[in-house]
Amino acid sequence: MRNRSSLIVLFLLIAAGLAGPWVAPAHLSQFSQLWLFMVLALSWDLMGGQTGYNSFGNIVFFGIGMYASAIVQVGLVYPVAEYTAAKGGGTEFVFSAEQLHAGLALGIPFGGLMAMLAAIVFGALLLGMRGHYFAIATLGLAVAAGELAAGWNYIGAGSGMVAPTPPDTVDSVRLIYFLSWGVAAVALLFYHWLLSTRFRMAINAIRDDEDKAEALGHFTVRNKMTAWAISAFFTGLAGAVYGNLSRFIDPIDIAFSPEIGVWMILMAILGGKGTFWGPVIGTIVFFVAKELFWTYLLGWQRVALGALIVIIVVFFPEGIVGWVKSRWPRLFTSPGKGDAGEAERDREAAHA
Amino acid sequence: MQNLQLLLQAPVFNVQLLLDGMFIGAIFALAAIGMALVWGVMNIINVAQGEFVMLGGFVTLMLVEAGFHPLLGIPAAAVVLFVLGWALYRAVIWRIVDGDMFISLLATFGISIMMQQLMNEIFGADVRTVESGLGVWFLFDGMVTVTQVKVAAFFLSIVIGLLLWLFLKNARLGQAIRATAQNARAARILGVDTDRVYAVTYAINAALCGAAGALVVMAWSIHPYMGLPYTLRSFMIVIVAGLGNLASVIAAGLGLGMAEQYAGFLLGAEFQLAFVFLLLVAVLVGRQITLARKRQYLK
Amino acid sequence: MWTDYHEEGDPKMLHRRKMLLATVAAATLMTAGAAQAEECTITLGAAVSLTGKYSTNGMHTKNGYDLAVKVLNEKGGVKVGDKTCKLAVKYYDDESTPARGAALAERLIKQDGVKFMLGPYSSGLTKAIAPVTEKYKVPMVEANGASRSLFTKGWKYLFAVLSTSEQYLQSAIELAAENADRMGKKPNEMTVALAIENDPFSQDIRAGVMDDAKKHGMRIVIDDKLPKELNDMSTTLTKVKALKPDILVVSGHAKGAATAVRQIAEMRVDVPMVAMTHCDSAQIIKKFGDKAEYTLCASQWAPTLKYSDEYFGSAMDFAKLFEKTYGYAPPYQAAESAAAVLVFKDAFERAGSLDPQKVRDALAATDMMTFYGGIKFDETGKNIAKPMVLYQVLKGKYVVVAPSKWAEARAVIPQPKWSERK
Repeated sequence: MRNRSSLIVLFLLIAAGLAGPWVAPAHLSQFSQLWLFMVLALSWDLMGGQTGYNSFGNIVFFGIGMYASAIVQVGLVYPVAEYTAAKGGGTEFVFSAEQLHAGLALGIPFGGLMAMLAAIVFGALLLGMRGHYFAIATLGLAVAAGELAAGWNYIGAGSGMVAPTPPDTVDSVRLIYFLSWGVAAVALLFYHWLLSTRFRMAINAIRDDEDKAEALGHFTVRNKMTAWAISAFFTGLAGAVYGNLSRFIDPIDIAFSPEIGVWMILMAILGGKGTFWGPVIGTIVFFVAKELFWTYLLGWQRVALGALIVIIVVFFPEGIVGWVKSRWPRLFTSPGKGDAGEAERDREAAHA
Repeated sequence: MQNLQLLLQAPVFNVQLLLDGMFIGAIFALAAIGMALVWGVMNIINVAQGEFVMLGGFVTLMLVEAGFHPLLGIPAAAVVLFVLGWALYRAVIWRIVDGDMFISLLATFGISIMMQQLMNEIFGADVRTVESGLGVWFLFDGMVTVTQVKVAAFFLSIVIGLLLWLFLKNARLGQAIRATAQNARAARILGVDTDRVYAVTYAINAALCGAAGALVVMAWSIHPYMGLPYTLRSFMIVIVAGLGNLASVIAAGLGLGMAEQYAGFLLGAEFQLAFVFLLLVAVLVGRQITLARKRQYLK
Repeated sequence: MWTDYHEEGDPKMLHRRKMLLATVAAATLMTAGAAQAEECTITLGAAVSLTGKYSTNGMHTKNGYDLAVKVLNEKGGVKVGDKTCKLAVKYYDDESTPARGAALAERLIKQDGVKFMLGPYSSGLTKAIAPVTEKYKVPMVEANGASRSLFTKGWKYLFAVLSTSEQYLQSAIELAAENADRMGKKPNEMTVALAIENDPFSQDIRAGVMDDAKKHGMRIVIDDKLPKELNDMSTTLTKVKALKPDILVVSGHAKGAATAVRQIAEMRVDVPMVAMTHCDSAQIIKKFGDKAEYTLCASQWAPTLKYSDEYFGSAMDFAKLFEKTYGYAPPYQAAESAAAVLVFKDAFERAGSLDPQKVRDALAATDMMTFYGGIKFDETGKNIAKPMVLYQVLKGKYVVVAPSKWAEARAVIPQPKWSERK
């Protein structure tokens, strides 16, 4: 898609989100989740699709962001250890509207930053690995992180942690919706911009042939580290908001949930990895399918989801956008220089 | 370190931990052998490994409920799973053999969640066990107990591993499997029916897991959502042991089992799994660092 | 407080509240109109675990709800004011995950328009759902969330028919202290080993046991948190063999009970007292026979207790009807779930209205007897009229041994060593 029309569509999407609370007041929580999942899928794709590093461990950043934010939100007002020991919330630990807002304003960015910091540390250790070794090392990290969180009493261990309960004066559903929407809007615009810069070509070079990219003088280590840190930052932001959406933070079922970890990958693949619109469309399609299965196929929803996954990856490994691209390549050619269109034209020329 | 003192004061408990670790490790090794085979030959990481183990357990359970001797469950589970593995290959897996390994991870993940919920619908989520009918040995004045079915599980794993090794080395089909693993294209040119080789490989893997599952239901317990830990541990073992060598897969399996028992004893049960996975990451990072000195990387 | 809030709350909220009432009133009028010819239906919403790790107990919960709804409908339904209504339950599957549970509660209330909720299975899920029902002021009667932390939050719309977690094994520790002399010790010389699953509910039980043990001056020598995937506790049991505690306490839902019974027998772990939870949902007697002998089990309810009501008859009658309907003896999870529906019926009739606020107030004033035991809520919403009981497995049967008011037999303590059993 041409860059300008793509940007226009993006603005329309974001603007449509602004109307959410008036259009679908009963579905706000679900839409909040949708926005956050979109951020997860896009962030995963920056590493998995654009840089060629298939991380199974991005959920670590989700969990870190969630806990970091919750700790800040609670810690501003009460001692965290006491709060978690008492399985805080309710009437014992009351948060005023100001305290809640201050907590969110500080906690959410802090969640993102902590996730980013973690990505830099893990990146130094793991980004030397390639292919499936990287995938498995990150998976190991994700499982270990969940288990460690479940053993750490400060954050409630296996009993989990409760995000601050909003006072009655706050319309928390709407507040969380706008936070989710806001995080998604920032992430969408940022990724859209990032993927139109030369940085995209630099990380795509790593994906296509890392050794060659290095030989050509690219700073591959710095570039993939940057990509992972950005990916982690937004994943952490999404986690921070998600903790407030679900309110109850369970270390293994929510924060470091292997399930959400796989979903973010699936959504990206379904839409088409290595593209901007792929993860966005993939998230919407996946989310709608999931909600329908969970509503109408009670007890068989996972069988249906499993079948859907198999069909997607076996028959549409390129995803929806990839499939459209190969069906109607003209749609993606543009007169501009240096974008995907050029490569597409070259390929067609080669075929001709 | 009160727990460490305990082990030093009463060394006999080390025996218990080592034995238990060996027994559970043998089961992990069985599943890991299958995973190494499929990974090495077909370049597929089979995430449904733990679900095959679970299915093997349910096959045994059904047999026992129908009035057969539980030990019959081991060959029966292997046969049923062999057929299922073959069918799965024909239905789905053949389409992804030549593809990106990442695709295989996701496709088999899809298969695994289907199997989980199917079994949940058929058998319910209850924890199930089967009494093996075998007894218990007591060593050191009853301080150490050895469940006979676990011993059987241990030796069976070794025997199955040996049989598989002999098969791969001597049988015509086994040689074809090895040839395909080395170079599928060359094997195809030389007249090996690689499609059939893949089907058999995948089916053998399922059968190995099925046998493991039969042993799990007799020695421990099964339920529809038990698969993931087995899959993860198989990963771990294969990564540590590499793809080429059956003996080192078995050794790594036993080692992992024992390491887990010690971690559980010393650190407390809540850190048992975290320890295992941090170990996995540490092993990979360690290898990565040594390779980086030679300007190489893990790939 | 809550009621003050409605009277004096800010005008905007008050206005919204009135609007809501008006809508409800309009809806009630419309249904009333329909009821001239047709009977009305009260739909209770429930998110229960049909799949996932709690699905066994989720099924018991659902069966309990369904049986109660069926019996009440057969016995003439619910009389609300001058109408007679049938009960119905709308279910969703929360897959045993809290995030799902909260989303489904929201869906039940906002999309399906459910005005009354039945609880899910497990404390974790109840914790996830309670903030939602609270936010929309939807009364929820729950039967399977026993964490005491549920009742320290000041929830006004949450009512629980069951005894809370800290009471689960209280009588086991009491029993140990009472029987200390039979083991040749004083209570404060006794040692306790804990092997408890690392999930919110089981950890609440742990907190209760720790408090009780501290009260008697007992020492905790093992404190293992079992992982959620547990199917092997041999390392913990090895520690038990080494440290020889006087009481071993195990709690980890059905999985934990099954694993413990089997491995304690296999490893010949000799402990004077073994106390656990979830014995009956794990069916330890049926599955493990002799191996389960002498195990002490905490239970919310037992069919042998002498409680009764007009719908189900005695506790034993309920057990028989349940077994006839579903083909297995009811674990207490099913009984308490059925009781939750009875509580709703009682509250609807006393409120004489389907206005959530009125029903909530009627629920708060509940004071009734059921086959499941007395039900009377304190101001935090937990049931204070029913004690926990402690069974012991004796000759292949559950026998109530504590508290002494209901005891059928004296507990066998210390239990015989494995070498002395035949």
